[in-house]
Amino acid sequence: METINPNSAMLSNFEVLALLQELKSQQKKNRTARNSPLATIIYEATRYLQDSPCKLQTAEHVRTFLTALKEFKLTKAEKLMLLNNPPSTPLEIQVMVEESEERFTEDEVEKLLQIIQEILPVTQKEEEEDMDS
Amino acid sequence: MFVLAEMKHVIRTPPWKFNVKLTDAIAEELNKKLANKVVLNVGLCIALHDIIHMEDSFIFPGDGAAHTKVRFRYVVFRPFLEEVLVGKIRSCSSEGVHVTLGFFDDIVIPPSALQHPSRFDETEQVWVWEYDTGADGEKHDLFMDAGEPIRFRVTAESFTETSPSGPETPDATTPADSAKPEHKIPYTLTGGISESGLGLLSWWTS
Repeated sequence: METINPNSAMLSNFEVLALLQELKSQQKKNRTARNSPLATIIYEATRYLQDSPCKLQTAEHVRTFLTALKEFKLTKAEKLMLLNNPPSTPLEIQVMVEESEERFTEDEVEKLLQIIQEILPVTQKEEEEDMDS
Repeated sequence: MFVLAEMKHVIRTPPWKFNVKLTDAIAEELNKKLANKVVLNVGLCIALHDIIHMEDSFIFPGDGAAHTKVRFRYVVFRPFLEEVLVGKIRSCSSEGVHVTLGFFDDIVIPPSALQHPSRFDETEQVWVWEYDTGADGEKHDLFMDAGEPIRFRVTAESFTETSPSGPETPDATTPADSAKPEHKIPYTLTGGISESGLGLLSWWTS
């Protein structure tokens, strides 16, 4: 085993979930061993990803979202974080985007939040409220 | 949090798999070999993404199996430093807060990286953030119970070689050594929540 490049590309949670679901259906067809390490990791990772906002995302969402983000001059990693865990408050943006206060005005942050809200499907709201009660 | 890692390997396909398509046989072998395992300085392997290149297969004298050199890309869990992730609290101990993602458990937030000031409640075995409400020294205790979703920043990662490293020094074979098969953790992440916006999701919703 030889590693050529440990990081040849970054993947979004949405892409990983899509791949895992495809593998899962393939496994069902072929009836491969249930207790293999692959089956375990597919099960556990799918469970984590299905709890996350990427569950409802589609390729179309991701594409429009990334186009809409172009004007903000965010780094790849920042865009990825915004996509994986779409923030809903300015505070969350501050956590994910480095030095966001210097790079963006308040209006721009508001606009960014609005774009996220408009384009990406929301699930978190209800869950968070459930937890509070 | 996931990346693609490009790797190269020679895969042995035994004769009883010659009825299967070669790419399928190789994919199965790679998944059997790597899935749910940590590769040193690469990360936790999840599943095969694609095979980029396959050279001609060859056989060795005395072995009926085909050997094929392949270059492939594998989906690997390897959050970059400073990435913000959401997980669940697994447990609390005096060493800090242990966080799990379901498929990956070895995440620790050390006491120094918790919200300040925090204290460890010995009776309840939980970490508590003594949130200062601002009204003359009045404090509000925020508990970090197990099972709660938590947002944290990855601050460090460490890989440990776990393959057997040959005999240790001779005196290590004395009784103290009987507890030796100590569990080495191949890949650990260190997290931090000492910023506003990080910590339990419920702290920041209102």
